[in-house]
Amino acid sequence: MNILDNFMNRAALAGLGVTVAAAPLGCFVVWRRMAYFGDATAHASILGVALALSFNISVFAGALAVALAMATTVSVLSGRGYTMDTLLGVMAHSALAFGLVAVSFLQGVRLDLMAYLFGDILAVGRTDLAVIWGGAILVVALVGWRWSALLTATLNPDLAYADGIDPRREQMVLTLALAVVVAVAIKVVGVLLIAAMLIVPPAAARPFARTPEAMALISTLIGAVSVLGGLQGALILDTPTGPTIVCVAAILFLLVSIGNSLRIMAGQGGGK
Amino acid sequence: MTRLINIAGLSVRQGAVLALTDVDFHIDRGEIVTVVGPNGSGKSTLMKAIIGALKPAAGRIERAAGLRIGYVPQKLHIDPTLPMTVTRFLNLPRRVSREEIDHALEKAGLHDLADRQMTRLSGGQFQRVLLARALLDDPDLLILDEATQGLDQPGSAAFYRRIEEVRAEMGCAVLMVSHELHVVMAASDRVICLNRHVCCHGTPEKVASAPEYRALFGTGTGGALALYRHDHSHEEGCGHDHDHDHPSEAAE
Repeated sequence: MNILDNFMNRAALAGLGVTVAAAPLGCFVVWRRMAYFGDATAHASILGVALALSFNISVFAGALAVALAMATTVSVLSGRGYTMDTLLGVMAHSALAFGLVAVSFLQGVRLDLMAYLFGDILAVGRTDLAVIWGGAILVVALVGWRWSALLTATLNPDLAYADGIDPRREQMVLTLALAVVVAVAIKVVGVLLIAAMLIVPPAAARPFARTPEAMALISTLIGAVSVLGGLQGALILDTPTGPTIVCVAAILFLLVSIGNSLRIMAGQGGGK
Repeated sequence: MTRLINIAGLSVRQGAVLALTDVDFHIDRGEIVTVVGPNGSGKSTLMKAIIGALKPAAGRIERAAGLRIGYVPQKLHIDPTLPMTVTRFLNLPRRVSREEIDHALEKAGLHDLADRQMTRLSGGQFQRVLLARALLDDPDLLILDEATQGLDQPGSAAFYRRIEEVRAEMGCAVLMVSHELHVVMAASDRVICLNRHVCCHGTPEKVASAPEYRALFGTGTGGALALYRHDHSHEEGCGHDHDHDHPSEAAE
């Protein structure tokens, strides 16, 4: 017997793989206010899925290529006439629309579309698992390697320059990592909910953390609890798995926020 | 005297406009040099070019071999979602020992806040933490870009006194941009008056009496306060009543 024979085990491992990469990267997405950027990159990747299906190449490769192209284009174009916000709005939804139209030309894919929009974690196979963990390890290695430089560039670009760090290169590192996370997460939560895996766990971890590293670790933990809780919840309630995982993360965020507000109120009421 | 930075014929483009044209500049070991000028005169642009954040459109910037620069930025906004203790901040991007941190904090005039969150510091404390970070590498040149923006007058006066003490202790050169002429002029060895090009330069006394400087900062410059007040209302820069009839002035 092998633990990978069980589809629930494969699903749990796939979800944990995505979390390991998405949580630390998501911290940077939150710190740098790139939430919409992450969302746009994820939405655009559906075009990659359509292209991959029509040319019969791997969905992972197609999504990665389009996510990378999208993220790079926005990075390069921003600040040249349009604000980042507008550019993202135009490109994300255009790419999503073109992707959906492109998919409709493909015969027999119509039924599968939901799987790419919302993920199909229970159908994760061994090859998917290898791709997910390969991508996750790549992202963790990349972000870990550049960690100090990324943090310095996030604090202030000029501070980074003065320390001999090129903030544009660090931006490219994040862009690349983001594209990889999007590509590996499609199977798990789908293009519409990837941004949630990036943003909700770090947001929930914030009140517990005193340092950036602690925030990354606690986010990973919260992401892992969401994945395992969501899988169990979906099994018990017979609900779609990807959205259920995001629901668990959202509930954790809500509880933390309420707890934190109460703590602050109690501190103020303490008569100091 | 060792020349730390030598700049010749520097022009820098910011978008479509030339923010700096044909600037000559140098700073030597141990000097305190202040750059003054109206808003939009290219003061920060010059600092950014020196730290390498902006590439010259023309001219060259020579740095002494192995020059260590400590940079205190104009303002540093830390996003509230980013948890950052003072100690962690001082460890970026290079890990340093606890002793080094305590030493740098002490030199910057701070005590007992190594474990505080950066976002919980007062304006004055925050600027001193930035100063401590700039001092960590034992710099040859300390660059301060309007480092006292947002501090009240006693706060900024105390900050500049600290800078003078640091220079005396460490022997580093200091290059600073400031709006607060009255504070800065007294402490500087040389003053550069900038308005997209070098308007005039020299000792504080020489610059304060130069016609180019008066054109920028007003003619009724009897008291320091008059200088200060005028500075705030001088958003449009010179140009109108200020002719560029001194091209050779820029080169020393």
